[in-house]
Amino acid sequence: MGEEMSSKPYIREISKTNWFYGQPRYMRYMAREVTCIFIFAYTFLLIWALRALANGPEAYQAFLAALNSPLGILFNLAVLVGVVYHSISWFSLTPQAMPLQRGEEFVPGNLIIGAHYGGWAVVSLIVLFLGV
Amino acid sequence: MSERQIQLEVLRYNPETDSEPRLQTYSVPCLNEWVVLDALNYVKDNLDTTLSYRWSCHMAVCGSCGMMINGEPKLACKAFIREYADQIRVEPLANFPIERDLVTAVEDFIAKLASVKPYLIPKEDKPIEAGEFKQTPTELKKYKQYTLCINCMLCYAACPQYGLVPEFLGPAAIALAHRYNQDSRDGGRDQRQEVIASHEGVWECSFVGACSEVCPKHVDPAGALQQVKIASTIDWYKEHLMPWVKK
Ligand code: SF4
Ligand code: FES
Repeated sequence: MGEEMSSKPYIREISKTNWFYGQPRYMRYMAREVTCIFIFAYTFLLIWALRALANGPEAYQAFLAALNSPLGILFNLAVLVGVVYHSISWFSLTPQAMPLQRGEEFVPGNLIIGAHYGGWAVVSLIVLFLGV
Repeated sequence: MSERQIQLEVLRYNPETDSEPRLQTYSVPCLNEWVVLDALNYVKDNLDTTLSYRWSCHMAVCGSCGMMINGEPKLACKAFIREYADQIRVEPLANFPIERDLVTAVEDFIAKLASVKPYLIPKEDKPIEAGEFKQTPTELKKYKQYTLCINCMLCYAACPQYGLVPEFLGPAAIALAHRYNQDSRDGGRDQRQEVIASHEGVWECSFVGACSEVCPKHVDPAGALQQVKIASTIDWYKEHLMPWVKK
């Protein structure tokens, strides 16, 4: 590539660890990514539930009691908030990743986002029906 | 005509005499309809002839006046003074080496842009007598938005991933590759895929989305990158799970 004008361009270093700090745009991205930890944590709860189930009725009752303790309820609430934030932030990005063209026009982004909420509701209802 | 005195803080760097950049403040009488570029031109014409910066069109078309204005990647010719307080800080585009004052070294971007073959590679060769390659409005609409890119590199300045991993091909280059891949007349996708579907290509992108937020032309490079990811993933499944299906 062409002759460089200067022999020593100045390079501004970026912090590898806190580059996102204080930048609302990057902080929002980090919040979206970090909230996946809640999903990760909840899978452990499910594994624990399965183990309790496998260990017999007493173990399962103990598990249920733990779930109903203040700590268990707090954990579930925190996970709910985290997961809802995670899902909403991802759903809002779907029109960019999956644009739909019908004829000359693109389907409005809100419809694509709405379809994802619809799908979410259907899956949740199925889970609910299987549960009761 | 209302006038307002603005304190314009400019990051200066002279490679011959400075070991690092320093801020210099100019007091500029700005008119209400001025953009930051006008203020810089005022400085250059009246206060300090040594100030270096790039510009050409003064109408958000040439893409050469990109800089950080109060920390945001902006076109200086599209950033109205009236939208800012009395003190404005102007720095060279982030994530690029500083050549001198507000001028950055852009060789890396140019090389990356060239590597994705951002031009039409026709599906079949046709003699000129055979006429033009036709396209319907629907086919045009499919990629039109990506043709609006003016190579201003604001998206690279906004992309933390490019800042952290300089090998990353980056938003505009991949969005332009996508523009030609989406073109009904084009047959060059396989050639471009080698570059854009590589690790330094789309897979370095974590969808921060900042590129699309700062793009002055609403190209939405982030969207293009996610679409390339999806298409490349489908390629992979076809190749490994259904080798009998032609791409
Ligand atoms: S995609 Fe937008 S921000 Fe990036 S170079 Fe093109 S016009 Fe500039
Ligand atoms: S001077 Fe051409 S884009 Fe600003």
